Amino acid sequence: MGRYVIRRLLQMIPVFIGSTFLIFFMVYALGDPVAALFGDRAPDPATAAQIRRDLHLNDSLGEQYLIYMRNIFTGDFGTAFNGQAVTSLMGSAFPVTIRLTLVAVVFEVVIGIALGVVTGLRRGRPVDTGVLLLTLVVISVPTFVTGYVLQYIFGVRLRWTAPSVSPSAPVGELLLPGLVLALVSLAYVTRLTRTSIAENTRADYVRTAVAKGLPQRRVIVRHLLRNSLIPVVTFIGTDIGALMGGAIVTERIFNIHGVGFQLYQGILRNNAPTVVGFVTILVLVFLIANLLVDLLYAVLDPRIRYA
Amino acid sequence: MATSPDLVPTPAQTPADPLLDVRDLHVEFRTRDGVAKAVNGVNYTVHAGETLAVLGESGSGKSVTAQAIMGILDTPPGFVTRGQVLFQGRDLLTMSAEERRKVRGARIAMIFQDALSALNPVLTVGEQLGEMFRVHRGASRKEARAKAIELMDRVRIPAARDRVRDYPHQFSGGMRQRVMIAMAMALEPDLIIADEPTTALDVTVQAQVMDLLAELQREFTMGLILITHDLGVVADVADKIAVMYAGRIVETAPVHDIYRAPAHPYTRGLLRSIPRLDRKGRELYAIKGLPPSLLHIPPGCPFHPRCAQARGRELCRSDLPALLPVVGGRASACHFWKETLGDDNAAADRAGA
Repeated sequence: MGRYVIRRLLQMIPVFIGSTFLIFFMVYALGDPVAALFGDRAPDPATAAQIRRDLHLNDSLGEQYLIYMRNIFTGDFGTAFNGQAVTSLMGSAFPVTIRLTLVAVVFEVVIGIALGVVTGLRRGRPVDTGVLLLTLVVISVPTFVTGYVLQYIFGVRLRWTAPSVSPSAPVGELLLPGLVLALVSLAYVTRLTRTSIAENTRADYVRTAVAKGLPQRRVIVRHLLRNSLIPVVTFIGTDIGALMGGAIVTERIFNIHGVGFQLYQGILRNNAPTVVGFVTILVLVFLIANLLVDLLYAVLDPRIRYA
Repeated sequence: MATSPDLVPTPAQTPADPLLDVRDLHVEFRTRDGVAKAVNGVNYTVHAGETLAVLGESGSGKSVTAQAIMGILDTPPGFVTRGQVLFQGRDLLTMSAEERRKVRGARIAMIFQDALSALNPVLTVGEQLGEMFRVHRGASRKEARAKAIELMDRVRIPAARDRVRDYPHQFSGGMRQRVMIAMAMALEPDLIIADEPTTALDVTVQAQVMDLLAELQREFTMGLILITHDLGVVADVADKIAVMYAGRIVETAPVHDIYRAPAHPYTRGLLRSIPRLDRKGRELYAIKGLPPSLLHIPPGCPFHPRCAQARGRELCRSDLPALLPVVGGRASACHFWKETLGDDNAAADRAGA
């Protein structure tokens, strides 16, 4: 197990280098960051030249990348377009997005698995058909549509919650955005759990559990659900990374100053340090989440052993 | 077995009352293609300390009967449409779901064919054994573990104290089946139904597992229903045999009589298809044709399309033979049982002479 973890951690190094270089290259290809910095007005040529020198923009792409990487390892992620250190932006943005993601994951787990179990045990009945149809609708409608609709209904008309989230982003205000962020994955979790449960209800060990005279509740929770959740856990684990990155749309709709908001600003201003820095951290989150899922897999299914 | 002098009847019951009395049991599966009649009027009894072997091909209804007794039929599509299952005088089929659950595992237990798939892959064997005591006896976690170790010792799993923390896949096939047996034995039930308990095992391990089962059965004077298609296993442990075909019992007999002279052509076919050392090199006998589809059971005797004796006989095609007593505590569902029995008696006499 220990060797396996070390090997996986070492595998992260090339992935990390490769992905940061790709992102760096893409942002570099976007255009001239100095022009973007000044917006519509043309900058004074001398000032522009000065900025170019400071940002090493006259060097080759490879050199710029090396300088950037060297700075990263000393903890310097560069400065954003407004002069703030990227690290301080991260410090304020990541906690907000992590909170939002956690709210979304809780929705996914609680509602998704509950619906999946109910429909899986009642295949072909009206509940099953109804939920299945609903998940199909949720999956096919884009997030920005459901986001704006729910914001209008619950935030503007019913006034159950604030339509836009305050900068401190308390959990109470993140409930609706969290639900919007979770919706599509929630539908997938429901379907995945349903299929898995339906498949396992006919398994021999479930029949054994019934033959042992266990109460139905115990058969379902301890024997059926425990086995059926293995693929679901995998999905949710990998989804955490996707949720954090995918929060861009949701964060825009509800005016949440999280990772998505900062990334959007960075792209708008061609600001390489912001974009590369944030995406690099997201890549790391994704890699670590994947590793944790694989380790959790072995805990859930003792037949899997890593060596 | 009821006549053996060493058998002490349990005080709660007189030996005359059967432990289990299945009466006119009917089970059907309502599928998209139609109604499959899996069990069509099965009757059998099992007394305490007695072993009944239920014999038949796949699809003969022997496992479905057991599932109906146990109450673990997949419903839908499976339904018990008629009959009674009297266990210690009470009909299991009319009990409430909760009453029935309390009987399952505690009073009637089941051993399944393939222990690898029948045991939960993600729980340790200790958890799965201890669960019986936790649920039925309200034992604490610690007590349950101690009981699990005790059970594993009893079925002679080496190093039980360490292995109690292992998962089913970490055991060999024979040891896994011992775990299954231990689980069935856990609450010392009155009746055990073993559904092909040795089919998935190596031949050498088969004998060990059967011996263990027979030994535990004697120790606790349990009733045992042994479902199998292996005639070799049956001869050593069973007291009586019921042969099933197309959801009906076609012959019942004390175990040794049936080997000497079967009273139903289907039983004779089964016996002839056992490989024998003294017939080495000769082609193995096989019953012609296939068992009937349960969706369309032939009219008359369901075995008539495959039966040599039925050839040219209108009666076999039109009338369903009832299971009627023949000689010496035996019963056969064949119109011409005298002929069948006579043939083999004559053959046996010739061989003996």
